[in-house]
Amino acid sequence: MTDEILRVDDLVVEFPQSGWRKPPFRALKGVSVAVGAGETLGIVGESGSGKSTLGRAVLGLAPVTSGTVTYEGRDISHLSRRRRRELGNDIQVVFQDPYTSLNPSLTIGDTLSEPLTQAGISGAEARRRVKDLLDRVGMPADSVQRLPKEFSGGQRQRIAIARALALEPKLIVCDEPVSALDLTTQQRVLDLFIEIQERTGVAYLFISHDLSVIRHISHRVAVVYHGEVVEQGDVDKVTTAPDHPYTQRLLLASPVPDPIAQARRRAERQAVIRS
Amino acid sequence: MSSEFTAVLPIGKPARKRGSVVVRALRNPSGLVAGVVIAIVFAVAVLADVIAPYGAQESDLSRLFEHGGDGHLLGTDGAGRDVLSLLIYGARSSLIGAAIAVGVSMLVGIPTGLIAGFYGRWFDQIGTWISSAILALPGIVVLLAFRASVSTSMWAAMLVFGVLLAPSFFTLVRAAVRSVRNELYVDAARVTGVSDARIISRHVLTIVRAPIVIQAAMVAALGLMIQAGLEFLGMGDRETASWGQSLNEGFQNIYRADHLILWPGLALGITIAAFALFANALRDALDAADAPRTPPAPPEASSVDPSVVPATTGDLVSIRGLRIAYGSGDDASEVVHGIDLDLDAGKVVGLVGESGSGKTQTALAVLGLLPDGGRITAGTISIDGRTTTLTQRISMLGRDIGYIPQEPMSNLDPAFTIGNQLVEPLRRHLGIGRREAEARALALLERVGIPEPERLMRSYPHQISGGMAQRVLIAGAVACEPRLLIADEPTTALDVTIQAEILDLLRDLQQERGMGLLIVTHNFGVVADICDEVYVMQMGVLVEHQAAGDLFAEPRHEYTRALLGASLEGGPSRRQREKEQLR
Amino acid sequence: MLTFLAKRILSGLVLIALIPSLAFVLMRAGSSDVARQILGQTASEEQVAARAAALGLDRPLVSQYLDWAGRALRGDLGVSWFTNEPVAQAMATRVPATLSLVIVTTIIAAVIAVALGLAAAYYKGWLDRVLQVLSIAGFALPGFWLALMLVVWLAIDNPIFPATGYASISDGIGAWARSITLPVTALAVGAVTATAQQVRGAVRDVLQQDWVRTLRARGISRGSLIFKHVLRSAGVAGLTVLGLQFIGLLGGAVFVERLFAIPGMGQVLVTSTAQGDLPLVLGVVLVTTLIVVIVNLVIDLGVGFFNPKARLS
Repeated sequence: MTDEILRVDDLVVEFPQSGWRKPPFRALKGVSVAVGAGETLGIVGESGSGKSTLGRAVLGLAPVTSGTVTYEGRDISHLSRRRRRELGNDIQVVFQDPYTSLNPSLTIGDTLSEPLTQAGISGAEARRRVKDLLDRVGMPADSVQRLPKEFSGGQRQRIAIARALALEPKLIVCDEPVSALDLTTQQRVLDLFIEIQERTGVAYLFISHDLSVIRHISHRVAVVYHGEVVEQGDVDKVTTAPDHPYTQRLLLASPVPDPIAQARRRAERQAVIRS
Repeated sequence: MSSEFTAVLPIGKPARKRGSVVVRALRNPSGLVAGVVIAIVFAVAVLADVIAPYGAQESDLSRLFEHGGDGHLLGTDGAGRDVLSLLIYGARSSLIGAAIAVGVSMLVGIPTGLIAGFYGRWFDQIGTWISSAILALPGIVVLLAFRASVSTSMWAAMLVFGVLLAPSFFTLVRAAVRSVRNELYVDAARVTGVSDARIISRHVLTIVRAPIVIQAAMVAALGLMIQAGLEFLGMGDRETASWGQSLNEGFQNIYRADHLILWPGLALGITIAAFALFANALRDALDAADAPRTPPAPPEASSVDPSVVPATTGDLVSIRGLRIAYGSGDDASEVVHGIDLDLDAGKVVGLVGESGSGKTQTALAVLGLLPDGGRITAGTISIDGRTTTLTQRISMLGRDIGYIPQEPMSNLDPAFTIGNQLVEPLRRHLGIGRREAEARALALLERVGIPEPERLMRSYPHQISGGMAQRVLIAGAVACEPRLLIADEPTTALDVTIQAEILDLLRDLQQERGMGLLIVTHNFGVVADICDEVYVMQMGVLVEHQAAGDLFAEPRHEYTRALLGASLEGGPSRRQREKEQLR
Repeated sequence: MLTFLAKRILSGLVLIALIPSLAFVLMRAGSSDVARQILGQTASEEQVAARAAALGLDRPLVSQYLDWAGRALRGDLGVSWFTNEPVAQAMATRVPATLSLVIVTTIIAAVIAVALGLAAAYYKGWLDRVLQVLSIAGFALPGFWLALMLVVWLAIDNPIFPATGYASISDGIGAWARSITLPVTALAVGAVTATAQQVRGAVRDVLQQDWVRTLRARGISRGSLIFKHVLRSAGVAGLTVLGLQFIGLLGGAVFVERLFAIPGMGQVLVTSTAQGDLPLVLGVVLVTTLIVVIVNLVIDLGVGFFNPKARLS
């Protein structure tokens, strides 16, 4: 792995539960992962595994009960609001739902200039940067005056990516960014992610439930199950010949778009279940 | 929503921003009339001193209770005052009272709602409790008690009324803030480090602006009503002219002065109605602004490849030339442009496409369950070789045709137990008693792999998991042994390991009972796993139809090829591709 | 379910304790010259002072409050300053009239509104539009204005119904019904239209749920779908609206009682407010709060019945 920029050590995240005397819910039970500069670490798991919580904890959107999150050597587990603001230059996010990740009543121009205004850039310089961002994600310049509802899901995700890139971050947390998109759109948006990484050297913490997507975009992979990392390693190893039985089940459960290969995989899976 | 394959960039003028809700409300005829009336009342109130023919307290004791005419257009009251002038000055006091009520309720309700919604915790709890306590009491009782104990001033009463109505703004703003607080775009702003104050002013207030204006109009109407009511009860200020007091006087002299009831009553009714109508027009304008734009017109349907049209008719289901459209007249838009499809008994047919392809519409059309506004405009659907009408297909639901929906949790009635929802159709279709139906339901649940069927029968939908719910829905679909099963993306909403189990279950059930299965999906892996034949749809048009094995081996249409190519399953990993590039 | 109810009962008790106490404090604090008001302008200073002492108005506020609270808990709500009638007795004789109006109106409104709202949501089309117009009209026309028109038209110009007065049930159902017809009609118009509109909204929301379509796909009868399933889910919203209407009608009854000279709580409130007869005002506040709390509890029970999530979590 190249130089580490993000490190998570023994991270525990608990959420209080409603109803008195109920113990808090442990979303993450001591997770340790690391992301190298310019690389993609894929986090794969099913619903309720805690994968999104991991992303949110890195972003400061979920409380850290114990353990540490370290960015470029600095402990960012419990940052004040103001310190978080400074971190916005370095760590950014792209969310899953293209329909609610952009404020529906703000124009694209307003949405994209918000991070720039935060960093003290405004006026002509901000406008120039916004146009440049739209260019980089393949959207036309006149998008600035339009509202999100005029765009398709894939187009909105591109705009969300543009927003993430505005402050030239070194790490982007991608929380299921292509899960809500059609197949053909998925491919294009994933290619955009990869192109941006190759050009700018940004690192990704890429979260998804889809093993094939993770395989396509990650250099290294961590598999999350019930709040724990059950397997971690290089992408080729984890997504082709995994060690842990849960990862094996994940692999065998994804159907293959080829009847013969799928029949084979199905037989393999059922054999594993029976054993 | 079309797939990226054909997504068009928006063209033409940009959509208008939200700020023009008021303007749009005025375009609506009732909104315009209401707006004009309100403006007139305002003008009358402001210009009262100029336009009133007499002073408000100017009384001529020689002319009491006269009807209209001879210097007094609308007559005089019991103190010889001119009714028209009373009306004009009455407008002023009415509007002032309403303004106080609206102002105070907004001043108290909006900031508290913002704080309670945004910061939550104890402020929220206390605020909500106080709010519901205030709403719990009848306003007039509180106002009268206030008058009795503290102050007889009408303005003070309107102030209290404003406080009494503040909860309406509180709940409104709090709800808006809470919904926005959890939106992803607020999270994105937080990650950028945007301060709370900015998040509130930028993201929250823009959403809540219009509902606040609507509520203000309603509160104004209520304020006018209650003020007139208090005055009618005799609580008004004798020195000030007001509509309510005139009404009171009219009532007390009902036999000789009904004109005193008529004119103030009209003025009051019209003004209150104007505010209410304006609020309504605003609400309609807001709803229209939120509506999604009409999708772009689909491309011209190219000529259909003859290999796509089935040679023989399917013996279970046969669809010919099906067209489905939404809306009516000039607004009608067709979403399915004439497709043909066959399903033989005991076979599995996959209907594949991306969003906007029309695949779900087709399935719903066969079931007879198209959503509101949708209808079949052309084509036939035959079952067992006979053309069917909508009514006939609906009568087959649950008996001969079964349906498995996509989203497990939202497809079960939350108010009834699982058992209740399984038993009812069984009793209706099979004519059996409750005990026998329950036994059958238990057997069904066991068959679909539920570990503790008795406990599940007594559970409510919110108590079970998504995977369990989908099994329950499958059980419900096959309960009366239908010959045709239609499944709309039955595995899409589930985790991948559960998906595989559900597919196994579906396959087993289909083979066991020899059902014809039409499965709608966007996932070619699912198709490879279970389908005998495949139909591919794009933008409402059928583009390919082949046996499953043939389709994967040699896809004919470029769209099918693009879809198959877009699948990442079994493809090279990131590292592998990077190594390739270096060579 | 028990914890749910317990919380609501506790909340209600706090309300019963809080509101009348608040009213008491406000009233005592603001009424320095009550004795003067009772005795009139001609009484001397000594007479006024003596009356004030007799009424206990010169003692510290806290002890007055504790005194009153203690007696209230035992059912003794004091005595009217102007008529010397015990407040509790005055309430007991007035409450039936007001409740007759409000309960009958609520029942009628519930039946008509549910039918109208259900039909408008299910059949849509012209019925829906008519309901929309009606609900705006119902909101815009003040209840007491409508009552006035009714009195003029149906009681004075064409004396079909009595213009004033109230006959209690013990005087015969027929007489009772005739005496409340006009007031109930006046109250019902607003209540029906508002409730129908809400019911329509609630039913419409339910009809758009996925599970309704799935139930139809199971082939259950239309009657069962609407009356068993849809109504049950819309019931929460409908019940809540009805509860709010009931409370609102308590307010509306104040006007209607004055118009039709019906001896109910509203009438007592108006006259005692005008005179400054605080014990009676306090009595009305207390009884009103009690009724509100009971109604809310009934609603909560109903909501628990309709919504298993609220009941079980």
